[in-house]
Amino acid sequence: MAEINWPWQYNFPPFFTIQPNKETQKLQLDAWKSLVLDYCRSTKQCVIDVREANNSPVFHNAAISRKLPPEGILLVLEELAASGNAEPLDKTKTRWFIFWRTLQELASIIHTWAKDNGFTNTVCTFYELTNTPDQEFSGIDEDVLQKALKELEKQGKAEVILSPEINGVKFF
Amino acid sequence: MDRFEFSSGRLQPEEYLVSKFSNVRLYDGDEKTSFEHGDVLFTNLRLIWCRNSNDFSIQPVLSLSYSLITYVLIDVHSRKLKKKLIINLSDTYKPSNPGPVLTSPFNYVKLSFKENVDENFVGNLDEVINEHHKNESSKSGNAPTRIKLRTGIVGIERSIHEKNKVTDESITVAFQDLSKLMTMAKDMVVISKTISDKICNHQGEISEDETVKFKSYLLSLGIEDPVTRNRVQNENQFYENLAKEISKILLGTIKEIGGMMVLTDAYCRVNRARGLELLSPDDFLNASKLMDQLSLPLKLRVFDSGVMVLQLLSHDDQILVRETVLLLRNHSSMSPQELSTLVKIPVSLAKERLIVAEKFGRACRDESIEGLRFHVNFFLENRS
Repeated sequence: MAEINWPWQYNFPPFFTIQPNKETQKLQLDAWKSLVLDYCRSTKQCVIDVREANNSPVFHNAAISRKLPPEGILLVLEELAASGNAEPLDKTKTRWFIFWRTLQELASIIHTWAKDNGFTNTVCTFYELTNTPDQEFSGIDEDVLQKALKELEKQGKAEVILSPEINGVKFF
Repeated sequence: MDRFEFSSGRLQPEEYLVSKFSNVRLYDGDEKTSFEHGDVLFTNLRLIWCRNSNDFSIQPVLSLSYSLITYVLIDVHSRKLKKKLIINLSDTYKPSNPGPVLTSPFNYVKLSFKENVDENFVGNLDEVINEHHKNESSKSGNAPTRIKLRTGIVGIERSIHEKNKVTDESITVAFQDLSKLMTMAKDMVVISKTISDKICNHQGEISEDETVKFKSYLLSLGIEDPVTRNRVQNENQFYENLAKEISKILLGTIKEIGGMMVLTDAYCRVNRARGLELLSPDDFLNASKLMDQLSLPLKLRVFDSGVMVLQLLSHDDQILVRETVLLLRNHSSMSPQELSTLVKIPVSLAKERLIVAEKFGRACRDESIEGLRFHVNFFLENRS
């Protein structure tokens, strides 16, 4: 697990209380968003469960014994969703996808990579993609990858091939 | 004469003979009667006239109860001779036993003696009669309570009514006393005022310092002229005057404590100063609400949380916030309690101050199981 570069806010107790002042709250939530994305990118975590989130060090600073309450977590996730960095997995909004790159960004990154490495008109398996070293999408969740490739498909730059045994993609 | 009754000459158990005169004639008013050459006996209860006093205890006699006699005196017309005694009778009551005369136009009888009447004797007789009246009245005073009419519900209701009346009266009396006390208090204030004036005039003997000190004592004792409902025509005027009075009393104190006072504190202070003519919280609140319109130096402020304070008209939130933030910076973080002890203001007020700072974006809150704390708003300050 990569070392996380905690922002100064993480040790500031008011960070863990949702601020009633709207202006302050906006700044606070911005800080939260970047923290959550940074954290997920470092730990390659793509799904956050609100019920279990308090076990994760990102929402719980044991050193100053502060926790972001579940309502706060939900608020942060909804903010992330508004900017396209998150998406609820279910209607009860307990499980969320976290996209540390938005799907569009991820799609173009993959497409650029495929072009640069001569994978156009070739079929790649999902496994191949996620196990490519030193790329933005290495180690990414396959569900998230699929969502990103669907985006590419919409743009007409790829075709997703789904089969029960193995999933693949053909770049154009 | 119609108040004489025939009765036994035998003395009753508690009765005893006081004095006795013989050869006495009875007059009905000014008219002679056939009752002459008889004996007159004065007991402690009644006057007895009989033909022969030697065996008066077995024969029927004429008797007159002292309760029917109002007073006795020596006949003025025969003052030189002093042989006649006038006995004035009360007209309230007729004896139950039959008497020698049924009706009489006179309200007095006379006794005519053979010898002069001793003035001392008349005095003694008067005393005996008065004593008798007293005993009578004390007996009759007890009588009604003993034979109280208690017929059914009406009786009970009547007795309840009676009781209520008595309480009512005692309450009225009690409040009379209170109003007397109030007027006395006014006098006291006047006296203290004159004393303070005198002190001012004699400044040579007493130092300036002491005068000021004494005056402040007087002021802390109370207000010389409290605004009360009785003195004004309508409610509005009452509230207006009250608002003026409140701002006059509290202006100095509020300036001293930093421009803001919780309404409850202000209420207590004003009532303390008024002493007796206490205000109701409602009156106080209504008066405070008027302060803004009357352009007084104080005004009522209601915080979002509902906390109400009186604050100086010149009060500026910006300055207060700046001060609060400075304190926060020095202490890194603060709870309302800490701030309240630090600047000596009530906790509720300290909390409001912090919340105002938060509203201005200069502070931010930290809510945890340890309670509510406030920090300097680094979210804003550290923004790159």
